[in-house]
Amino acid sequence: MTITSTEPSVAALREALSSRIARGMRFAGLFAAHRNGGITLSAHAAGPDGIDTLESPLPPGAASYPALTPMIDAAFWYERVIHDETGLIPQGHPRLAPLIAPGRPEDHALPRHVAGYGLFTIPHGPVRSGVFESMEYLVETPGEAIPHLNMRIFYKHRGITARFAGLTVADGTLLAERAEGIASVAHALAYCHAVEAIAGCEVPVAAALLRVVHAELERIANHLDVALRLADAAGLAVATARFALHKERIMRLVGELCGSRFGRGVVVPGGVSAFARMRPAEILAAIGPLEKEVTADAELLMGTSSFLDRLRGTGPLSPDRAREHGALGPIGKASGYADDARRARPYDAYPLLSADPVGQRADGDAMARLRVRFDEAAEAFRLIPQALSHFPERTRLTLHTPCDPANGRAIGWAEAPQGEVLYDLTIEDGRIAHCQPRSASFHNLVLMHEVFAGDILTDFPFIEASFGLSVAGAALLWAALWFWAALWFWAALWFWAAL
Amino acid sequence: MSIWVLRGLRDGVVTTRWPRKPDQYADSWRGPAIVASGAATSEAVMAEGVELEWLCPTGAIEVIDQLRVDQGRCILCGRCIAARPDLFAWSAGATGPTAAAVVRPALVVPAQPETDQAVAAARTALARRTAALRRSVHVRHVDAGSDGSEEWEIQALLGPVYDVHRLGVFFTASPRHADVLLVTGAGTVGMSGPLRTTYEGMPDPKVVIAVGADAVSGGLLSDRLSGVAGSVPVDVWVPGSPPSPFALLNALLIATGRLGPGAGR
Repeated sequence: MTITSTEPSVAALREALSSRIARGMRFAGLFAAHRNGGITLSAHAAGPDGIDTLESPLPPGAASYPALTPMIDAAFWYERVIHDETGLIPQGHPRLAPLIAPGRPEDHALPRHVAGYGLFTIPHGPVRSGVFESMEYLVETPGEAIPHLNMRIFYKHRGITARFAGLTVADGTLLAERAEGIASVAHALAYCHAVEAIAGCEVPVAAALLRVVHAELERIANHLDVALRLADAAGLAVATARFALHKERIMRLVGELCGSRFGRGVVVPGGVSAFARMRPAEILAAIGPLEKEVTADAELLMGTSSFLDRLRGTGPLSPDRAREHGALGPIGKASGYADDARRARPYDAYPLLSADPVGQRADGDAMARLRVRFDEAAEAFRLIPQALSHFPERTRLTLHTPCDPANGRAIGWAEAPQGEVLYDLTIEDGRIAHCQPRSASFHNLVLMHEVFAGDILTDFPFIEASFGLSVAGAALLWAALWFWAALWFWAALWFWAAL
Repeated sequence: MSIWVLRGLRDGVVTTRWPRKPDQYADSWRGPAIVASGAATSEAVMAEGVELEWLCPTGAIEVIDQLRVDQGRCILCGRCIAARPDLFAWSAGATGPTAAAVVRPALVVPAQPETDQAVAAARTALARRTAALRRSVHVRHVDAGSDGSEEWEIQALLGPVYDVHRLGVFFTASPRHADVLLVTGAGTVGMSGPLRTTYEGMPDPKVVIAVGADAVSGGLLSDRLSGVAGSVPVDVWVPGSPPSPFALLNALLIATGRLGPGAGR
């Protein structure tokens, strides 16, 4: 399933990785870890047969290595993280500013990348309602257009990778669920897939089906969240409330199934912890009306011209860039690049189920991204009844096989609502020696640099929400506030005129 | 646009009537673990001692003079309840005067006798401070390293089901307009400065609510992060991982003195 090859030098690793990418594989991550008494670089490339891991141990005492970024642009942020975590200098890296480690005082000064008359920088954050990475946007602007945007994500660095080391396998699941709280199920799945690959254990069918149900419910909730944020940014009060209602109903359904509104505690290595607390027929009865309402509201939203005007052509990501970067999830799909782990490298019960793949779109703008999300939600609504119909009729189902890996290393993956989640897990003597999670959010966020072609400040909330990466607290975004301020102003004026 | 108006009427009123009427969803909420009744001091428990403490991945179980659970550390994984249903149980209900604490030690159940006095003092101090807020409260949320789920639950307060606006609670962008600071997350190094600056930017009187096990104790990350109390003085502690939106509504009402003088444990 997974091939690990060791390259003699970083240059050889770079060549091997580049040739894989040239053959159509996707760059999926680059990390440095302390292994066997030295630092080892690991690069991942995703292809139809699995995920290849290429490794290169650095010579003892090495302080630098030739950077991969000049050849493989997508490694840009990964190498900054390597620099932050290990102090290694990737030589030839275009911009080695701190990304996840709070830097020196001078790093907190406002950088200026664009020069010209009247240009200034708007620091937006970190105290904004950021989500899983409380971040700061530095918007360089002459007043309206956004020629350059910088992002700082170090405020929220929690040291999850370091925390994994030394945990038991069972505790690792708990931490994986909290690595990205709104994609708990997907993270737990990716982690458990790695554990199961090391232990070589087989997940029972009923457990694999229940995993699909939870993963797809999580997808629906996340996509509804993006829809509500976009509607909120456009000031569509009713649409915002409608999607918030649907999202709440999905979360309550998840809570009813397993006791946690985020599906936590369901996925465990070797299967699932317990059967859903509702019968398949009851789940179906709950899903049916929800699907109808979501579909109706999605159709109405995609027919509201004042809303679509804000999305059409906003924040375009070109198909070439999406392919080159290996854009994940809905962002890739909206730009004509689909590498959906559920189909490309299927896991759990997905091979048993058939749903029409979500159509790719080539527009790459915020509207295409929202359409992809609605398509994915509709697909999830089709997948859940299918999964439920496959449940064996017996009353006592096997939901869990023993899964106690002793030693080994494996890559696990799962398709989160944001895109592919990757876990590179090493277990020694039954405990986690090293675990490197890679969320789709991290991989995709850097693309925000590139989508502001001709867009202005008021497009910002739409672009951010359409990325769907920072998911919570959108109520405090600028445009929404401006809109409400304007609305209240006109309402006050109208009342005054009426008097 | 007119279609949206009709669409908005489709499901009728979906907003909860809580706190004026009890809400079934809030009452059936499964909260942090508690010690099952009668199990706290038995001799068998004392003999097991450290074995019981090892059950918990966040160290919420302590056996010193008796068996106690620190709800501020509980991440609701349910491991202790699955292993020892005779000793541990889920707490029930998301709301009520005792769903949030006004002093940190009160989250340890069963409570130490000496916390009663501290609780009474904290209640009085809080009530005196928040008397001026009355029925218009503005809230600023700061995320100090959460996993993102607490933000979803806070955001749900603005939705039609919980709708904080009906209680006179509004979210504000500027700390200058805020009376209440809702803090989530384990308290990362990078956020300690911005969190402090936000707190100092708020006018007096102000109230700080720590939301969730991460903010209270650092949760699973408590080996190096210890919550937000090191950066800002916390007034109300809300356990849960993440807490229910009802628990957040409840905490907002406790913080502003609207659940009565005896609210907050």
